[in-house]
Amino acid sequence: MFESLSDRLNETFGRLSKKGRLTEEDVDGAMREVRRALLEADVNFKVTKDFVAAVRERAVGQDVLRSLTPAQTAIGIVNEELVRVLGNEREPLRVPDRPPQILLMVGLQGSGKTTHSGKLALHLRKEGRNPLLVAADVYRPAAVNQLQSLGKQINIPVYEEGTGRNPVDIAGNAVRFAIDRGHNPVIVDTAGRLQIDERLMQELVDIRDRIRPTEILLVADAMTGQEAVGVAQAFHDRLGVTGLVLTKMDGDARGGAALSIRAVTGVPIKFIGTGEKLDALEPFYPERLAGRILGMGDVLSLIERAQEQTDEKEAQKLQDRMFKGQFDLEDFLDQLQKIKKMGPLSQLLEMIPGVGSQLREAKAQISDDDYKHVEAIIRSMTPYERRHPDKIGTSRKRRIALGSGSERADVNQLLSQFKQMQTMMGQFGAMARKGKLPADLPLDLQAPGGGLGGPMAPQPRQRQRQPQPARKARRRR
Amino acid sequence: MVLNRLFRRRAEPDVQIDQGLEKTRRGVFLEITRLFDRSVLDEELYEDLEMLLIQADVGWDVSQKLVAELRERVDRDRIKDPADAREILRQEMILLLEFATRNRKVKILQRGVPFVIMVVGVNGVGKTTSIAKLAAYHQRFGRSVMLAAGDTFRAAAIDQLSVWGERLKVPVIAHQQGADPGAVVFDAMQAAHARNIDVLIVDTAGRLHTKYNLMAELEKLRKIMRRHVETAPQEVLLVIDATTGQNGLIQAQEFAKSVDITDIMIAKLDGTAKGGIAFSVAKELGTPISYVGTGEKATDLAEFRPDTYVDSLFFGVGEGL
Repeated sequence: MFESLSDRLNETFGRLSKKGRLTEEDVDGAMREVRRALLEADVNFKVTKDFVAAVRERAVGQDVLRSLTPAQTAIGIVNEELVRVLGNEREPLRVPDRPPQILLMVGLQGSGKTTHSGKLALHLRKEGRNPLLVAADVYRPAAVNQLQSLGKQINIPVYEEGTGRNPVDIAGNAVRFAIDRGHNPVIVDTAGRLQIDERLMQELVDIRDRIRPTEILLVADAMTGQEAVGVAQAFHDRLGVTGLVLTKMDGDARGGAALSIRAVTGVPIKFIGTGEKLDALEPFYPERLAGRILGMGDVLSLIERAQEQTDEKEAQKLQDRMFKGQFDLEDFLDQLQKIKKMGPLSQLLEMIPGVGSQLREAKAQISDDDYKHVEAIIRSMTPYERRHPDKIGTSRKRRIALGSGSERADVNQLLSQFKQMQTMMGQFGAMARKGKLPADLPLDLQAPGGGLGGPMAPQPRQRQRQPQPARKARRRR
Repeated sequence: MVLNRLFRRRAEPDVQIDQGLEKTRRGVFLEITRLFDRSVLDEELYEDLEMLLIQADVGWDVSQKLVAELRERVDRDRIKDPADAREILRQEMILLLEFATRNRKVKILQRGVPFVIMVVGVNGVGKTTSIAKLAAYHQRFGRSVMLAAGDTFRAAAIDQLSVWGERLKVPVIAHQQGADPGAVVFDAMQAAHARNIDVLIVDTAGRLHTKYNLMAELEKLRKIMRRHVETAPQEVLLVIDATTGQNGLIQAQEFAKSVDITDIMIAKLDGTAKGGIAFSVAKELGTPISYVGTGEKATDLAEFRPDTYVDSLFFGVGEGL
């Protein structure tokens, strides 16, 4: 849909570089692209204005004009500025002088407060804590049930007094209850409310004064438009918000709202919600969101997830096998399992630089069900067949198709794709031996022990696209 | 505007959008009107206008287009009075929305055939509340309504719908949480037939438009409906949160690809959001925006009227200016 900013800057400067010398007007042209990209990412208008001015100043000062790679220099500056505005480092949750740690969740209707109360509880329990959830939303029909049901799913107690009581009292009683029972932290889920609803905003102030929370976390939807700033500012002015939880980041929203809120209120972003499952909560890393706003992918998250699934030695062994052309369907199946554990394929693809914008269309067609079919076919093969795919003849194919509930053509397709893949891996191997490969791999991907070489490469659909990010990365350098 | 009125069924009471938007107007900026409160049409005005439109989530593209068109008309017709320019802009904006409203199909309720409305949207836009409003809306015409709790994913979504069902005295067909939404829809279709229901409103789980599998599930639900009623769902309503930024357009496009959306509802217009995304959606998709939602009560629903929308949200008409 929206072309990524990094693509656009490359395009703009690409056109200009043909004429040799760049002028200040050319930089202005590029800055217009920056402005447009930010606005399309829903960055607040005023924030955009200040941001572009800051980037422009640095760009003119920093020899973008004389740079051999003006696009790269410009992208670098934009990226640095984004990270600066987003807050250079990630900030953990505050620790109170005296337990319990109390987290008050506030925000508009539908921003994801209840779900993220549950996610936070689960996240903190994983750190060995003993959380208590508090249902202080007495307005929305069945809100209490929703939190109870979440609590049951993750086996975390929920304090509730139904819907007949005043939320301020409920919160107060809940904290006392938590202290008695040794629960820490206490996560208080409140009703969604408009920042202009005086009565309900006062209620939050009363809750705050009663329970004196360690953190007041504003839960905001990543898809919010220009109003994000107004909303956040209003909540901040009334309550003194201490952190931001950015939700629905698993969609394709650029998340410019987060940049605006951070820039205007100075409140740090503490967590991002990345899916419907209750473990889909991640700490916030500024450089990742910066990359996303720029449309540069999120390689770091990808590598992190890949590393969770592979140990280095295993990856090295696998790489050797691949380069020697010994990679068989048994290995392939193994890799498939690992990729599956890393999350939905569509999400993974989006993290790869350069893939974001170009594959937006294609991405819609890639579903995790594709894994299932491929898996079913391979699982219908005997170990011998998996080790020696070339030995699979017509009769075996018929049996495999029957066994996996697919057509023979599907089996054929898988086998021919696999063969192509093997050939390509062999070529990679040959290149590596001649010492050519390192230069062709994107810089980012090389970093942690060749992390990506292992799990990502064997995915058949992705294989065809691999040259793309590689080429991109080279250009960017 | 005349065309737009033609599409309204005559027997329907005129639901007052003005009333619904009253709360919105309170917080809404009247800066566009103020902007034209000057003596000359200068460059600054165009720049400020573009800024105001973008701030209202109208989006970069559409804002550029609106300003460029205004500029062209002003130059061509040698317009000097800013008040005239303001009226041109107003007309342009209304026209943009009408372009889509015109695509609204006349819907016919047949005796003995349930009119099925499938309500879809991303998470947290206010689908369930909107369904309650729609139910109340159809009840006002004396139609019998039934709800189907097709959101079996979100914790307590079924309870939420059931509470609304009790309040509105409307039967709710529901299964357990985690059940197959297809089975819920199947049962609801049968029940609607058996009980001679006029309008069946089907809730669906919120889903991000980027989740291919979940989008495919909507198509499956539609097929199940069609097994009972060939023309069902006669209405596929996409609910968009008024505070949504430019992603709203992508949402609409993706939902339109999976299930032919017939109508759009802009929800949560009672906040300070201007709902500018309506313009991008109307321009790019041409899907008619049919309703606006403004609060948490079942009666907080209004029919969408391009002129009222533009006037209430952008020009503050009715504020005694």
